[in-house]
Amino acid sequence: MKKTFQGFSEEEVEHIAWLARIELSEEEKKLFTLQLSTILDYFHIIDEANTEGVQPTLQVLNLVNVSREDVVEKSLKSDVALANAPMKDKGYFKAPRVL
Amino acid sequence: MPQLYQLSAREVSERIRGQELSAEEYVASVFQRIRKIENDFHAFVSLSEASALERAKDIDKKIKNGATLGRLAGVAVAIKDNICTKGLRTTCSSKMLENFLPPYNATVIEKLLNEDAIIVGKTNMDEFAMGSSTESSHFGPSRNPLDTSRVPGGSSGGSAVAVATEEAALALGSDTGGSIRCPASFCSVVGLKPTYGLVSRYGLIAYANSLEQIGPLARNVYDCALLLSIISGHDTKDETSTGIPLEDYSKGRVEYMNHLKIGVPKEFFGEGVDESVAKGVWNSVHNLEELGASCEELSLPTLKYALATYYLIAMSEASSNLARYDGLRYGHSEKSTTEDWNKLFSRNRMVGFGPEVRRRIILGTYALSAGYYDRYYLKALQVRTLIKEEFEKAFREFDVLVGPTMPVLPFRIGEKIDDPLALYMCDILTVPANLVGCPAISIPCGFVQGLPVGMQIIAPFFKEDLLFGIGHAFETRFKH
Repeated sequence: MKKTFQGFSEEEVEHIAWLARIELSEEEKKLFTLQLSTILDYFHIIDEANTEGVQPTLQVLNLVNVSREDVVEKSLKSDVALANAPMKDKGYFKAPRVL
Repeated sequence: MPQLYQLSAREVSERIRGQELSAEEYVASVFQRIRKIENDFHAFVSLSEASALERAKDIDKKIKNGATLGRLAGVAVAIKDNICTKGLRTTCSSKMLENFLPPYNATVIEKLLNEDAIIVGKTNMDEFAMGSSTESSHFGPSRNPLDTSRVPGGSSGGSAVAVATEEAALALGSDTGGSIRCPASFCSVVGLKPTYGLVSRYGLIAYANSLEQIGPLARNVYDCALLLSIISGHDTKDETSTGIPLEDYSKGRVEYMNHLKIGVPKEFFGEGVDESVAKGVWNSVHNLEELGASCEELSLPTLKYALATYYLIAMSEASSNLARYDGLRYGHSEKSTTEDWNKLFSRNRMVGFGPEVRRRIILGTYALSAGYYDRYYLKALQVRTLIKEEFEKAFREFDVLVGPTMPVLPFRIGEKIDDPLALYMCDILTVPANLVGCPAISIPCGFVQGLPVGMQIIAPFFKEDLLFGIGHAFETRFKH
């Protein structure tokens, strides 16, 4: 039997926000915990649907392996690709330190 | 005697090509109109007056030199701000992309430019297309032209407002869960969500890519059909676009209203739908019978799962599609030199995204996460199949399905913004068409308490001709 949804805890919301790389303020953590719990509780209506043996619909057109010829085409020049970057150096995007 | 900015797209294009109207004069009139009323309605995020006038002058010159011009020659078009326009700021009404200059045009933009259309500006929207009221815009809400204390609908609110207030003859919007049809209904204009795959999404900044389509908004059905004819078609740059033969939708007419079987799902008029809206649209259903169609009620029980199914899928896809916004290659960056990768990116996303966007990303992340994927995302995809099959069954018996576009009348700005779930409930009638992928149109069908009501017509895949045909017949006889 599926466990019924009891709502999110603030720790859970903090963890998911970390997975999504979104920082949350303390007030927002509290507010989102309440709101997201209410919303997800409503979504549980889909538990009632009988989906035994039903294939998931990933896309509605039944397209398979749409590809083009492996031929070089026009692409963005380096300076154009870098034009919106907040930090750049010598033709590279400049990133914050990883470690 | 109508002002130039009031002309329909058809009239502008025909007169300019026929040398009865100068494009420069027309565009000047449009911007005069914008300057006069824009502060009252806030349809636009960015305007491109200088380049529009230059293009207009070019068009006038080309005509004088005997060149043949495109089907939208000189027509003023407003573009939703999630569609990339080269060199013209494209923000998705978000702080995250406040200063983003796309290095390329969306395919639909190239198609418009090839037909000599004139882009007048980028329209306001719910941030990253997440919303049904245009209230989550970082730049403030747009206002309903029929009552400025009320929302214009969303997320393509600005586009609907621009067309309704005659700031543009045509507009492009995008529809993921109703975002073209909702504001079309609330602003009393015509708006269409095309069949999934009919219009290229290359250059549409993605929110939920298995659900969304770019589509046309206009003041009448013919103009809407004309715009669709121009933007649709296979695109090698969008692998989900189809290769079906193109139609000139503006040429079609439904001469066979009395052979049409129209299905009226009782769930479209049931729980959650305002009684006065339901009554108003039922009158329009009777109008369709007067035109010769036969209307019959049916039941689509899986519709009760549609909203939850839509949001689980949309939020999951959004969490993936918006993962790219970290402030590294583009987008908002706090520009710290001491923070590490994770801290800086998490801060950029906290500051750059508004609360609704962050809520959806977080829920979507959860629905896709290990241990929960089967229960939420996969389950939703299976329920999507059930809904799709139920519609396919209905379309074996009926040519089209009809009901209200929105379950409520346009509500006041601020009324629902603190209750996310209440706002989501506005989408109950529009999300099914996105889940199934079939085309749907909203046609103005009257007023209740002075506020506009829209009738939604849903057709099988690639049967937009039916939507335009019925819409045109209805509009001609029962003009609202």
